[in-house]
Amino acid sequence: MNRRTLRRTALPATLFIALGLTACGGQTEGSATGEGGVSGEVLVDGSSTVEPLTSAAGEFFLEEAPDVNVSVGTSGTGGGFEVFCQGQTDISNASRPIKEEEAAACETEGIEFTELQVATDALTVVTSSENDFITCLTTEELATLWGPAAEGTITTWNQVNPEFPAEPIELFGPGTDSGTFDYFTGEINGEEGVSRTDYNASEDDNVIVQGVSGSPNALGYFGFTYFEQNAEALKAVEIDSGEGCVAPSAEAAQDGSYTPLARPLFIYVNNAAVTDKPQVKAFVDFFAANDAPIAEAAKFIPLNDEQRSALESTASSLG
Amino acid sequence: MATIGQLATQPIKARKHGAKSPASIAFLVALWCALGFSILCLLTLLITSVMDGLPRLDSNLLTQYTSQIAPERGGARAAIIGSLWVIAATAIMAIPLGIAAAVYLEEFADPRRWYNRLIEVNLQNLAAVPAIVYGLLTAGFALSIGLRRGVVLAGGIALALLILPVIIITAREALRAVPAEIRQGSLALGATPLQTVWRQTLPSAIPGVATGTILALSRALGEAAPLLLLGGLVTIRFDPNGLLSGFTTLPIQIFNWAGRAEADFQQLAAAAIILLLVMLLLMNALAILIRNRYQRQW
Repeated sequence: MNRRTLRRTALPATLFIALGLTACGGQTEGSATGEGGVSGEVLVDGSSTVEPLTSAAGEFFLEEAPDVNVSVGTSGTGGGFEVFCQGQTDISNASRPIKEEEAAACETEGIEFTELQVATDALTVVTSSENDFITCLTTEELATLWGPAAEGTITTWNQVNPEFPAEPIELFGPGTDSGTFDYFTGEINGEEGVSRTDYNASEDDNVIVQGVSGSPNALGYFGFTYFEQNAEALKAVEIDSGEGCVAPSAEAAQDGSYTPLARPLFIYVNNAAVTDKPQVKAFVDFFAANDAPIAEAAKFIPLNDEQRSALESTASSLG
Repeated sequence: MATIGQLATQPIKARKHGAKSPASIAFLVALWCALGFSILCLLTLLITSVMDGLPRLDSNLLTQYTSQIAPERGGARAAIIGSLWVIAATAIMAIPLGIAAAVYLEEFADPRRWYNRLIEVNLQNLAAVPAIVYGLLTAGFALSIGLRRGVVLAGGIALALLILPVIIITAREALRAVPAEIRQGSLALGATPLQTVWRQTLPSAIPGVATGTILALSRALGEAAPLLLLGGLVTIRFDPNGLLSGFTTLPIQIFNWAGRAEADFQQLAAAAIILLLVMLLLMNALAILIRNRYQRQW
């Protein structure tokens, strides 16, 4: 190879390497800036149900701390805890409390965390607005309908309640990866993750909305927001847990009368991240102090007074 | 109703005007129905997206970040810039590597060696591997080297792995289309094999290579699954600014918006779908343009 050839081959190669190296630079590290403001990244992942709330918090927080980048992912509650316990994220969104084995994984990696309840959700059982025979279901009836024993056997509505017509049951619900599924099965069927499997499962709640609104004999469940946004096509079923029928609403979820399907929504905060990264501490403090307007803007059910003071005191004890 | 056996025994002439035989008419109708059905599906999708998204095809879509507080004013700014970053990272990794691999396999490798045949078989298989597998692979790789998953570099690696087999295969086709006489002429004039490849074969194959590469990149641009596995950041309100910056891309953003309860977000999703379609169409048009303009007949 003569010198000229070498130059012709070497030039593009050098350019390519140089390009690659320059592109690798330019990384921002989290730190407190001189003006007393904070900057850097706050990494959040986890439940897609809680994501709008944390995103709204991040958006409001931007007005106070314009140099902080809050990025929120939606790997699901379980997927979020997985990376949280590897120390890859600062905050994990969760639509159910952390499981023992997940907490154990955190402990193995030496990750200490704090649980903060940031909002309430009313898991809503819905039928089509055209359904004229269901207004209220007892928790026993829901268990008959959704329990693992129902698979293949409970197929018409009169099997759930003799007063219902002998129409075929069409069920829609979230898939098994969802925290909503975990919570519902835990409360209704007595064990998390145990459910009949012959229903139309979808991770996309809009698919459940479509499915349920399409048939008068269909029933499904999801978070309260999806009912509120589709209230004209759907009917929320009242739930009777032994003390009378209660319709899902913000008030009923807040005062605790909507049982057992009112569920707490959490963020889990990595304690070390709060201590080491001022922007994470500032974000968590801001979130706790402005929880009510944040929840309202993101269309979540805000905490009641008792829960709010618990949130504020836990948040202030951090770091 | 004529059977295939009867058709086969008919004289050639009769079959040439086979439109008259009932079986061939039925077959033709079936083909037209199949074609019509797929076009109908595509049109329905396009028309509903355009109708849903048209009111939101405004400057906010390009200049604003996604907003939970005011979705009606939100946009896909972070996703657009994130898409560009990831595609750039993908291109920088996949194109030189892919073309180099194609040149090696086509010009230098001895196809009789078992390891070259093994590479060959693997390439064909890799091109058919579901996209999500590359996401898993990259997530595992990133964890093992201590790289954060949801960064531009990781996204670029996943997409580069995804399109590498496609680039290699199309680049090989392009190199194969260069007549052997060109190589022989170059070698006969005293050029070394490396000079022959660098100055004759590769430049002649560039139009084909470029077309294949652009089509591969446009596939990467529309891909959501592998990136979702990498952490699936959906809400970021800053411009990605480097290979180690967090990011989101248009397909991820669309996937998230479309799953939201609020009608505003679904409208935004439809508008972003139109935007993505336009970007993909432009890239594919560029590929066709390059092919038509620079393609050489030997």
